[in-house]
Amino acid sequence: MELFTNQILAGISTGAIYACMALAVVMIYQAIDHLNFAQGEMAMFSTFISWQMMQWGFPYWIAFILTLAFSFAGGILIERILFKPLAKAPILTNVAGFIALYSIINSCAGLIWDFTIKQYPTPFGSSPFLGSQLISTHQAGMIGITLLMLAGLFFFFRYTRMGLAMRAAASLPESARLVGINTSWMIALGWGMAAAIGSVAGMMIAPVVFLEPNMMLGVLIYGFAAAVLGGLTSPFGAVVGGFLVGIFENLVGTYIPGVGNELKLPIALALIITVLVVKPAGLFGRPIVKRV
Amino acid sequence: MSAAEEVVTEGHAVEAVPKRAMTLGTGTSLVVLAVLLLVPLVVKNFVIFQMTMLLIYGLAVLALNILTGGSGQFSLGQSAFYAIGAYTSAILMEQYNVNYALTLPVAGIICFAAGFLFGQPALRLSGVYLALATFALATAMPQLLKLGYFEKWTGGVQGLVVTKPDAPFGLSMSQDMWLYYFTLLITIAIYLFSVNLLRSRSGRAFMAIRDNEIAASAMGVDVALYKTLAFGVSAGITGVAGGLGAIAVQFVAPDSYTITLAISLFLGMVVGGVGWLPGSFIGSAFIIFVPNIAESVSKGLSGAVFGVLLFLVIFLIPHGARQVAILCQQLAARLRR
Repeated sequence: MELFTNQILAGISTGAIYACMALAVVMIYQAIDHLNFAQGEMAMFSTFISWQMMQWGFPYWIAFILTLAFSFAGGILIERILFKPLAKAPILTNVAGFIALYSIINSCAGLIWDFTIKQYPTPFGSSPFLGSQLISTHQAGMIGITLLMLAGLFFFFRYTRMGLAMRAAASLPESARLVGINTSWMIALGWGMAAAIGSVAGMMIAPVVFLEPNMMLGVLIYGFAAAVLGGLTSPFGAVVGGFLVGIFENLVGTYIPGVGNELKLPIALALIITVLVVKPAGLFGRPIVKRV
Repeated sequence: MSAAEEVVTEGHAVEAVPKRAMTLGTGTSLVVLAVLLLVPLVVKNFVIFQMTMLLIYGLAVLALNILTGGSGQFSLGQSAFYAIGAYTSAILMEQYNVNYALTLPVAGIICFAAGFLFGQPALRLSGVYLALATFALATAMPQLLKLGYFEKWTGGVQGLVVTKPDAPFGLSMSQDMWLYYFTLLITIAIYLFSVNLLRSRSGRAFMAIRDNEIAASAMGVDVALYKTLAFGVSAGITGVAGGLGAIAVQFVAPDSYTITLAISLFLGMVVGGVGWLPGSFIGSAFIIFVPNIAESVSKGLSGAVFGVLLFLVIFLIPHGARQVAILCQQLAARLRR
């Protein structure tokens, strides 16, 4: 029982990483209706920017805020320059664009900051949290920040005019345009917010997985899985999905014999697919009714 | 949440390509065939090898094209079927001394079965959910191949070395050249099969499902059967391509068949034009040659150069090579007048 509780706790702390990323994934999915494969790389690049600022002597929180602003602007810029011209192109062409963006960002980061692994500071310290060896104060802080972002997003979408306009533009673009919403800018705004959330995720994750250009690859896969599991239409579902994936992964690794690190991912994914086969819209997603 | 938000007309994830627009005209086909037959006689062995790989990846892209362009289902798991095909051929050749040509049908049949079975749970999923499921298959495959349990056959992490076949009947051509003509023969056979498949009753059923699943089922198309069938056929062709790939590269190892391969095949399909079968080979040329070009432009930034080139292509021709073909056709028609 002791082992079981401990593994759940450990699962929650890795799950916080996935939840962070899943939140960014859902954000962009709300705005543009696709999964952005370059999301992780954008987050990685932002994290490197903040690291660079800290190397130049900026204190943590100032670098944090500046990076948020930079990522927000960067996300909008990427949408305006690269993806607005592709708005009328087929969806699969857009997906190819994401892959191209992934390749460009990864390669540039590798050239600027090289591929060696770097330490990344944490603002919360890394001593045991409330006497537990399994969750450090950093991980507790990360969970806190994730929940804070979730609450912020909930209020933004639920109670602000802008949030309402974004939801309208995403769900019924034609009608939204008719009532005077600039849907094109709403998409850009979605990119900006997703980039900013992604950068927070990156800065929270970096102390755990260390900073290097490929740090986000595994995290993004789990983030996608978490978002899909929770239902791509629900930020709350994404966070719950993130924690569930983390717990799944840990329990599978502990209790099924012969499962090394390599098989953790396939088994976690297989479990998620099983869930999806039973509930195709994810755990908290709204089922979409199709008509001819 | 209003009721309006919950009901959406099913969007076209994949463009509706009419079946006549899926192939080349007879004249063009003959010219392409002549080029494919004659070029190996004048170029070096390494170029012949590259052309062989072009045909092999072309087959794999073609298979994905039947699945996505034909039946409207999206897959990131093609690398898994490619791996199954490659390993089937390699194991049969090396452990059981089966003739290389006979291993290919076996690879095709095994992959067809695997694809058909995988298509069953995938039936419930569509769009990004299907993408995630196939993606899971692609990430799981290299790990499964490494399992100690199968090591007796698969050779574990080290993989297997495959011997390259000699030209038969005492023909005096190099191994590379023989393998090229052998691959070309199979490619033509599979290409003709695919073209005819899409023109048949089954092909029309695929396209009806792609364009509107609900309307298709209302017309009496057995949606579940044809969706899984599309998965099976696609996997089968990919398996044959994988088997050929194993023979051409002379080596199979788990890490040659990661998700990167599946993503390359996907890019090949987009660049070639989704739903345009001849484009598969143009797309395959893109995924074979452009990374090399990028590497030669700049070693450190090869990924960025590749990304920029890819962006250029999709900016200029968002519908892939098919768009160029249509333009050429219109130009030719105007000249004739």
